[in-house]
Amino acid sequence: MSESQKQDAQKQGAVQTTGHAWDGDLQEFNNPLPNWWVWSFYATVVFALIYWVLYPAWPVASTYTKGVMNTITFTNDAGEQVETHWNTRALLLRDMQEGKHAVRSREYMEQVAAASYDEILADEEMLAFTRSVARGLFGDNCAACHGAGGAGVMGLFPNLVDDSWLWGGSVEEIQLTIAEGRMGFMPAFRETFDDQQLDAVASYVLSLSGHEVDTDLAASGKQIFQGEAGGCYYCHTSEGTGMKSQGAPNLTDNIWTVADVPGAQDHEARLAAVKKVVRDGVVREMPAWQDRLSEEQIRLLTVYVHQLGGGQ
Amino acid sequence: MIKHESIETNAGLLIALTMIVISIGGLVEIVPLFFIEDTIEKVEGVRPYTPLELRGRDIYQREGCYLCHSQMIRPFRDEMLRYGHYSLAAESQYDHPFQWGSKRTGPDLGRVGGKYSNEWHVAHLLRPRDVVPGSIMPNYPWLLENDLPYSDIQARMRALRTAGVPYSASQEEYEANVERFGEEVAKQLDILNAEENLMRQALNGNYDGNRGRITEMDAIVAYLQVLGTMVDFGQYDQGYFVEFR
Repeated sequence: MSESQKQDAQKQGAVQTTGHAWDGDLQEFNNPLPNWWVWSFYATVVFALIYWVLYPAWPVASTYTKGVMNTITFTNDAGEQVETHWNTRALLLRDMQEGKHAVRSREYMEQVAAASYDEILADEEMLAFTRSVARGLFGDNCAACHGAGGAGVMGLFPNLVDDSWLWGGSVEEIQLTIAEGRMGFMPAFRETFDDQQLDAVASYVLSLSGHEVDTDLAASGKQIFQGEAGGCYYCHTSEGTGMKSQGAPNLTDNIWTVADVPGAQDHEARLAAVKKVVRDGVVREMPAWQDRLSEEQIRLLTVYVHQLGGGQ
Repeated sequence: MIKHESIETNAGLLIALTMIVISIGGLVEIVPLFFIEDTIEKVEGVRPYTPLELRGRDIYQREGCYLCHSQMIRPFRDEMLRYGHYSLAAESQYDHPFQWGSKRTGPDLGRVGGKYSNEWHVAHLLRPRDVVPGSIMPNYPWLLENDLPYSDIQARMRALRTAGVPYSASQEEYEANVERFGEEVAKQLDILNAEENLMRQALNGNYDGNRGRITEMDAIVAYLQVLGTMVDFGQYDQGYFVEFR
């Protein structure tokens, strides 16, 4: 039927209207629904009926119909096979245990878990697997603080790509840092030192890494640093090379993790950056990950961090 | 029998009937959950928020964090790998309103508690791009500037008590909480000591890195650090949670 014939048919009353009229003559035709639509609708009704039988569906008193002829089997933590009615939690467990990706990655996981760090580092294939899985883990868990590339944030979160390690850069030490976390602490000296003493200590600290400073100030700073007035040497050692057990950084290598010396324009700014740290102290916490990540995941991350640069 | 025309030409009636039809759709899905025994998993450790965490939650809602962040990890493999164990219904049983959802402009926060240090949260809330260069989250500098108002904390707890959260308002209720949650937690849930508990937690926890003041930052970081940490999943077999579905 052409468009004009349709209109004629409607005018002659061949197509019913819904019977409403608005504004006097505004009417609504009641055309039948297309067949494909009607049959699709019936099909969805049939689908629903089948679904109700097979899957958890209807509430009944304090429980619900669990579905018939549709069980799912998974392995629980105790290693027993458990069969239950179909549900998303069991499906997830099965996916984590027997899914294609899970099986493939477990193969490698077991290999990596059984290997020593030396073996992993020497084996190209294990190393490639470690890198690709650990990159995701690092992104989810570590990158928020240490940055996607591991460069950290000056003053707040240590750089993992340089050669300097606060708590040690061997695989064993890195693993311990990730698993158990670290509490970095340096006391604040704002009550102990006046401004002149702060200047002195900061000058001495800068001189340790070869910066040009006022030698008189540095000399009196040395007295404080090495003496009981400051006691800085307790943690940073008399040579200023730091102490891993305390997370005390090496002050002689010109690698800065707390005081923003590299970002300072001139001597005054460098001095101010170091003074700020001495005055306010440092409290930095690396959270423990052993309750959140599995032992294997921590191993992968250990290798990854070790490989980022500077691993010892 | 009401005619189509009389409904469609009467806006009030149309609205009323539409609401009835739509609410039937909701009610048949929601109401049975109140009666089905397996809806809320039986797990230990879930407790109502302490007064400080509760104020943090209020700020979380005030700032509209929920517009971009959900607190519901779904039972899918990719979500388990990224966020941790899927969320249990039990874990949000004291949330009014709950913070479920699937609208994630930012990541899910269901298990963010303990994941990052307090210092990270402070730095991140002040200026997210200082720690996450690609972040599109806005800055919230006023959290550290504003002192936390908490003179109305008792009223807030009483309101939630009305909604069914077991904050105690009498000796009897307190003792019931000791029985249920242990003494340590029960003390925190005591409405009459709310100000004192809030102050103590903020000063001891020093969440904002500023010992002298109790700021809004203290509250919101305390709240974020407890999210998803109440249940010790190590003590349950994964098969146990399947029994509740």
